[in-house]
Amino acid sequence: MEFRAFLLKYAEIGIKGRNRYLFEDALVEQIKYALKRCEGEFAVRKEQGRIYADVVSAYYDYDEVVENLKRVFGLSHICPMIQLEDEGFEKLGEEIVKYMDEAYEDKGLTFKVNARRARKNYPKSSMEINCDLGEILLEAFPEMQVDVHKPDVMLNVEIREHIYVYSIVIPGPGGMPVGTAGKAMLLLSGGIDSPVAGYMIAKRGVQIEAVYFHAPPYTSERAKQKVVDLAKAVSKYAGEIRLHIINFTDIQMYIYDKCPHDELTIIMRRYMMRIAEHLAKEGGCTGLITGESIGQVASQTMKSLLVTNEVCTLPVYRPLIAFDKLDIVDIAEKIDTYETSVLPYEDCCTIFVAKHPVTKPNLQIIKKHETHLDEKIDELLQKAYETQEIVTVSAV
Amino acid sequence: MEAYLDNSATTRVFPEVAELVTKLMLEDYGNPASMHFKGMRAEQYVKRAKEQIAKVLKVNEKEIIFTSGGTEADNLALIGAAMANRRSGAHLITTRIEHPAVLKTMEYLEGQGFRVTYLPVDKTGRVRLEDLQKSIRQDTILVSVMHTNNEVGAVQPIAELGALIKRMNPRTLFHVDAVQGFGKFRIFPKRMNIDLLTVSGHKIHGPKGVGFLYAGEKVKLHPIVFGGGQQNGMRSGTENVPGIAGVGLACQKVYENLERDNERMYRLREMLIEGVSDLGNIQINGCPGREGAPHVVSISFRGIRSEVLLHALEDRGICVSAGSACAARHPRPSETLKAIGVERSLLESTLRFSLSLFTTEEEIVYTLHTLHETVPVLRRYSRY
Repeated sequence: MEFRAFLLKYAEIGIKGRNRYLFEDALVEQIKYALKRCEGEFAVRKEQGRIYADVVSAYYDYDEVVENLKRVFGLSHICPMIQLEDEGFEKLGEEIVKYMDEAYEDKGLTFKVNARRARKNYPKSSMEINCDLGEILLEAFPEMQVDVHKPDVMLNVEIREHIYVYSIVIPGPGGMPVGTAGKAMLLLSGGIDSPVAGYMIAKRGVQIEAVYFHAPPYTSERAKQKVVDLAKAVSKYAGEIRLHIINFTDIQMYIYDKCPHDELTIIMRRYMMRIAEHLAKEGGCTGLITGESIGQVASQTMKSLLVTNEVCTLPVYRPLIAFDKLDIVDIAEKIDTYETSVLPYEDCCTIFVAKHPVTKPNLQIIKKHETHLDEKIDELLQKAYETQEIVTVSAV
Repeated sequence: MEAYLDNSATTRVFPEVAELVTKLMLEDYGNPASMHFKGMRAEQYVKRAKEQIAKVLKVNEKEIIFTSGGTEADNLALIGAAMANRRSGAHLITTRIEHPAVLKTMEYLEGQGFRVTYLPVDKTGRVRLEDLQKSIRQDTILVSVMHTNNEVGAVQPIAELGALIKRMNPRTLFHVDAVQGFGKFRIFPKRMNIDLLTVSGHKIHGPKGVGFLYAGEKVKLHPIVFGGGQQNGMRSGTENVPGIAGVGLACQKVYENLERDNERMYRLREMLIEGVSDLGNIQINGCPGREGAPHVVSISFRGIRSEVLLHALEDRGICVSAGSACAARHPRPSETLKAIGVERSLLESTLRFSLSLFTTEEEIVYTLHTLHETVPVLRRYSRY
């Protein structure tokens, strides 16, 4: 049996009132984006509050399509369907028997027929279709039983211009279609956490931009490529990602020269936040995203977070703030970023790290020490913005 | 400017070799097993390559088995010989500083019931004859020692080791991994009591994905790749004719002016060693003199992490390697450096510079100039 169409159901966006079409259109765009990376050709259409994806080409890979649709935020269910022409009820009965025969090897199951007659000129009512098809099935497969309350198989038959039959319901990822909630700037390192943070915020419908701090020669081209690869993995869920690559070496060295070494990381983080916010505002983002989690490292204690947070005016979204490392790893594995994240290249945070970085930084002292940078820091920031490299990463 | 000083990782192909390989891909692309003229012509190229190789090694053409490179040749030598000779014993000997192609294969053989002795090396990276002498037993079926070490350029006393092995146990086979030594030294297996010799194409300005094993006529060997029975059943699979012709020509060319080329490389190597010594706080590992290989220098820069210096040099167009290329993607302290007694704090501060006959004086001058610029700056920003 070959499924030639998919019914794609959405949940939360059903409640968005008069903005609903915006959400639906965004969802259709994301579905198209997901299908673009699958072999074959597809047509996606909106019809009476539902979205269908039809297979147009002769060949396509079912597993690949399902796998990619499962990454489209906003989808609650993915239902592979068979599509029949209306050639009379008797023929429909035969097709339904064939469908059930092929779809379920073990016939010892309970079922319920759930007909929907969208085309009202069909000669039978929904109730009649339910009863008659049920009878035909019971006759064909004596082992089967009807259970109208908790059936093993809910056999949906939709009578429209064509007749659609489906009974397999694959859960989608939920969430909201990317692009419906605005845009935010993700601070993407090469680690495990930040891609997961980006993924989680994207799931709420947020379009992602990203910034990576590159510190040649302390970080290698391979480290940079690793971040591009991570962005690509996230973009399988989040759509196209504009990735800003900032050369951070001079700023870092300048801080190293002018500030106490145990405060290096925290001051560096403050400058990263400042740069990210600058780029965010320039790009029309309304928030920052980090992969921080309380207490995970010295720069992520609550006091450190207070100090780094202080430089931002935009809200900073930290979806992992209360997650344990192992839980983050689970998600990283699920979204396929873990293996890339653990490749052993240095990132710019680990290069000059002091043996005992401060864990309880004092904001006033940090601010005072930052004044040591007054002479050249603006110039260096300007240079960093001017020399930034922007890569558009997409999963297609 | 560019300076390619990573020739122990791989080398630039001789232009004549590249030309020949291209011709074989576009024109004479036949399968040597085919009965028509295209096949016949391809066969001739394979034969010619065997002749070229046999000539520089002074061995019989029949004793050459082409492989996919050094790693496969090492695997064939060790597994093939161990399996074919397991009735005579189950003891193998190698050194601690071998390439992973040998060490990992030995590990595999340990899992198959063989016992392996790993010989230590001295500070210069050389095996001591008395250590080998003590280890050879009645049931020792094979000794595997690399000719030239890929990380520090230490050269083993192969002829002495060969003579010792045969004196101790005439039945013990001697395998030499000459991936780094071939093309830099004249190696004559028959005179040095070498039974099995591994060579790789891309380290001698030939193509990648091709190499060969010399296996003496009387050596019993089991194949490790099965199929259509090519190369007398020792290595099934359609011959990589372009690669084979390329490696044959590269073998011939690399020995054409060997003494002159080596003299140049030694001089450049000495220049490099001398030039870095006034940076202070550096250490040359292995044998810095002419008892070492002409093309490898291992230098430790105290207080700088090798990865950082490597990328700083890379930024200026200079390609070197941290440890060996084979181990560099999994940065962990080099076993070779540990085995020759390099202190812990220097293990991750060591770079390998490796030359070839294409290396120019300008490249060395430029590299020294860049090191003098970079090293002091990097030392200032060291995290130690």
